[in-house]
Amino acid sequence: MTPLSRIRNFAIVAHIDHGKSTLSDRLIQETGGLTAREMTAQVLDSMDIERERGITIKAQTVRLNYKAKDGEQYVLNLMDTPGHVDFAYEVSRSLAACEGSILVVDASQGVEAQTLANVYQAIDNNHEIVPVLNKIDLPAAEPERVRTQIEEVIGLDASDAVLCSAKSGIGITDVLEAIVTRLPAPKGDENAPLKALVVDAWYDAYLGVVVLVRVFDGRLKAGQQVRMMQTGASHRIDKVGVFLPKNTDVESLGPGEIGFMTASIKEVADAAVGDTLTDEKRQTEKALPGFKEVQSVVFCGLFPVDAADFEDLRAAVGRLRLNDGSFNYEMESSAALGFGFRCGFLGLLHLEIIQERLSREFDLDLIATAPSVIYKIAQIDGTTIDLHNPADMPDPMKIESIAEPWIKATIFTPDEYLGAVIKLCQDRRGSQRELSYVGTRAMVVYDLPLNEVVFDFYDRLKSISKGYASFDYQIEDYRIGDLVKMQVLVNAEPVDALSMLVHRSRAEARGRGMVEKMKELIQPHMFQIPIQAAIGGKIIARETVRALRKDVTAKCYGGDASRKRKLLDKQKAGKKRMRQFGKVEIPQEAFIAALKMDDD
Amino acid sequence: MRQAEILAPVAVYIHWPYCARICPYCDFNVVRDRGRKGEQADLVAAIARDLQAQAALIPDRKLVSVFLGGGTPSLMDPAAAADLVALARRLWPSDGEIEVTLEANPTDAEAGRFDAFAQAGVTRLSLGVQSLDDAALAFLGRNHDAAEGRRAAEVAAKAFPRLSLDLIYALPGQTPEAWATELRTAAALGAEHVSPYQLTLEPGTPFDRAVRRGRFAPADPDLAGSLYDVTQETLEGLGFEAYEVSNHARGEAARSRHNLAYWRGEDYVGAGPGAHGRLTLDGVRTATEAAKGVRDYIANVDATGRGWSEREALGPVARAEERLIMGLRTLEGVALDELAPLPLHRLRDLEAAALVRLIDGRLIATAKGRVVLDRVISELAT
Repeated sequence: MTPLSRIRNFAIVAHIDHGKSTLSDRLIQETGGLTAREMTAQVLDSMDIERERGITIKAQTVRLNYKAKDGEQYVLNLMDTPGHVDFAYEVSRSLAACEGSILVVDASQGVEAQTLANVYQAIDNNHEIVPVLNKIDLPAAEPERVRTQIEEVIGLDASDAVLCSAKSGIGITDVLEAIVTRLPAPKGDENAPLKALVVDAWYDAYLGVVVLVRVFDGRLKAGQQVRMMQTGASHRIDKVGVFLPKNTDVESLGPGEIGFMTASIKEVADAAVGDTLTDEKRQTEKALPGFKEVQSVVFCGLFPVDAADFEDLRAAVGRLRLNDGSFNYEMESSAALGFGFRCGFLGLLHLEIIQERLSREFDLDLIATAPSVIYKIAQIDGTTIDLHNPADMPDPMKIESIAEPWIKATIFTPDEYLGAVIKLCQDRRGSQRELSYVGTRAMVVYDLPLNEVVFDFYDRLKSISKGYASFDYQIEDYRIGDLVKMQVLVNAEPVDALSMLVHRSRAEARGRGMVEKMKELIQPHMFQIPIQAAIGGKIIARETVRALRKDVTAKCYGGDASRKRKLLDKQKAGKKRMRQFGKVEIPQEAFIAALKMDDD
Repeated sequence: MRQAEILAPVAVYIHWPYCARICPYCDFNVVRDRGRKGEQADLVAAIARDLQAQAALIPDRKLVSVFLGGGTPSLMDPAAAADLVALARRLWPSDGEIEVTLEANPTDAEAGRFDAFAQAGVTRLSLGVQSLDDAALAFLGRNHDAAEGRRAAEVAAKAFPRLSLDLIYALPGQTPEAWATELRTAAALGAEHVSPYQLTLEPGTPFDRAVRRGRFAPADPDLAGSLYDVTQETLEGLGFEAYEVSNHARGEAARSRHNLAYWRGEDYVGAGPGAHGRLTLDGVRTATEAAKGVRDYIANVDATGRGWSEREALGPVARAEERLIMGLRTLEGVALDELAPLPLHRLRDLEAAALVRLIDGRLIATAKGRVVLDRVISELAT
């Protein structure tokens, strides 16, 4: 067991692309955790999606053994935290497991929206923070300007910020020394009853559910019977260990230490992030503060493109749920799309990740319906319901009011795109709270309805700013709005999968966009097909797919029979990707495209 | 002597792939005619052997038609054509009145040999005049002008008992009025049969590439529809019945017996490079396709006696699909019994929409259904 004074637990706080993963890898390499040969780029982001997107979804930790310049051997626990607002709660628990953070800022890019959100969380957790300016060897690096920016925007003293280049290996020892000398050692009582934090949990094909823990008091060891204080579940520990970064069993974990345990837990959801572990026989009095139940923020329906794949989808969402306790689902049936699942997510990135994993890891073609938020509907009879599927909307006559969630959005953008960014926010019903400049970069803070943000906001923001604007948000409150249910009717029948709640002021533009898109994608049939957008009985937009005028092969003789037959085979395959809706065939692309469209 | 009357019919298709010039819209199996007499003589001999070998598989058929198609079979030596026609007549019994069709280009040179072809046994000429407008013929890359086309038609009308004219419509800039006039002019050239085809962009042809490069635009569906309607009205007014999507005849006797074999699902033997056939062998409908290259075809015949490079036994569904695809194009339609293996889910809907009719157990496309026939077929078969 390591004495507390030789332990440092730290997180790395950074914006995407500012080099967090590269720096982590460099620290691991420098302290001998892996040889150069064993290093593949970005050791910690182990999922394909994490590597490709350069984001961290699951928290992970690595124990670094470092012999400092003072001649002492230290244990440095690097906590790699998820870097996205969707996982804000998970981030807060990871930070709660550490005493300090290093704040990594790209010396050429400067402070970004995510940097802010994450650093404030670290400050909230009473962290000591060491600023690190990365990529100082880039020609565009401006360490002095970024130093000033850190002081002005964040309010942190950056005068002794560490300069480094993780990619080129410059200043790595300086970072390690700063961790040892400037971050505090953990506190704890080895003799007190066990008190440990569940930082995160994931499913491992060999080990089952692996729980990442930080011990505060007492000791955690194999064979011990432990209790999860929030869920009340009791488990016998099979193994405890640490990540070097390879998982390595240890006898026990003591105060200040970070490691893992396994205990024949079946589902990740059974190990709730933020829960407190204690000894079944000798329990601690008070659980650690800050526990929250998982709450879905964004919902959408997921349906297989080919209805025959429903059972595969069922198996796949079940498997994902094993590994991701924050993903929820229940069965749903749609007149247009058949059987599928209504799924709840922590946010938009989480939704995208789940969709991507379903198609990538389980090889499923999916149709996702319009993302929805939770609306609070006050009914005339005095009751309130939470609505997360427009299909379940009560009769408008029974509704007193509808409230929707609003967010506080922070956007950083180069000056030249500010006008477009403001227009986008205004178009999405935003109200400006703050506008300030840091050099040539503007920071705008907007109040925005979440339902305008789940609909294509991030894609639009990236496209109008050529990818330069950065965006972060947090949920603020619920506000009553003039919200209506808009339906899309194809051949006079409402397509349930396309109905959505929209603000009345936005309904016409949204409806027009959707019917135009549908018109492009529905092939001419032998009759004309009206496509309408409607609020209640009122049509607000209409397009018509004209009837097929002529479709007949001119020549058809001896050899053409085979050729035409092959064409029929192709059509049969194509039909699998169509949804029969009444007499109309709607290609699955239409469902996806109708929900992804330009604002203008 | 076998009783020809009670035997199932067979039609013979002979493919002559050589062309003096290859048209930019054509995707048939064709090669430039470079006057290689030796190769052409070898090909005639190979076709003869192929016919004999296939006749040995299905001897009990009544010969109803021989069709010399291409390519440009009017460039063939008339004596060779005579030999092949005579061979077919020897290989299968017939009741004497078989249809022998020759496809021809309307150049003066070819018209000069029409009498020789009539002597060779050709009873019906299918003349590819394509257009009676010089600019249109130039656009289509044809090696004759309108006057030459008219002269060839006049010669043919005298030389052969039966004459059919091929025309192409929906050319850039063509109006329904101009097309109606052209149709009336063509009908006055003495033909009993007219085949007007909408210009179709076949993948891989020079026209297909030209359109993709924006050189010209194909007719939009509205205009193509109007041109099709004008075709039906004009030819009907002149006494030509649309007995198939693109084939119009003055009276039943003027219908192409050969093409009816395709559309009725009768057996047909294909000989020559790339020729397709359908033979009922031991009760199994079998699709055959000959090797496409002239040398490959000759080599196949040398090695096996037949030119086939592919042979596929058609299952019940494939068989029914072919009957649907071919039969629904004609006025006769197709017997519902023959379509039993198909889903036919939308049959009632299509009937209710007056796109098809059921008459005496036969499914027939209405005029309204015929113009969208590919979709009707797809709805019935998928």
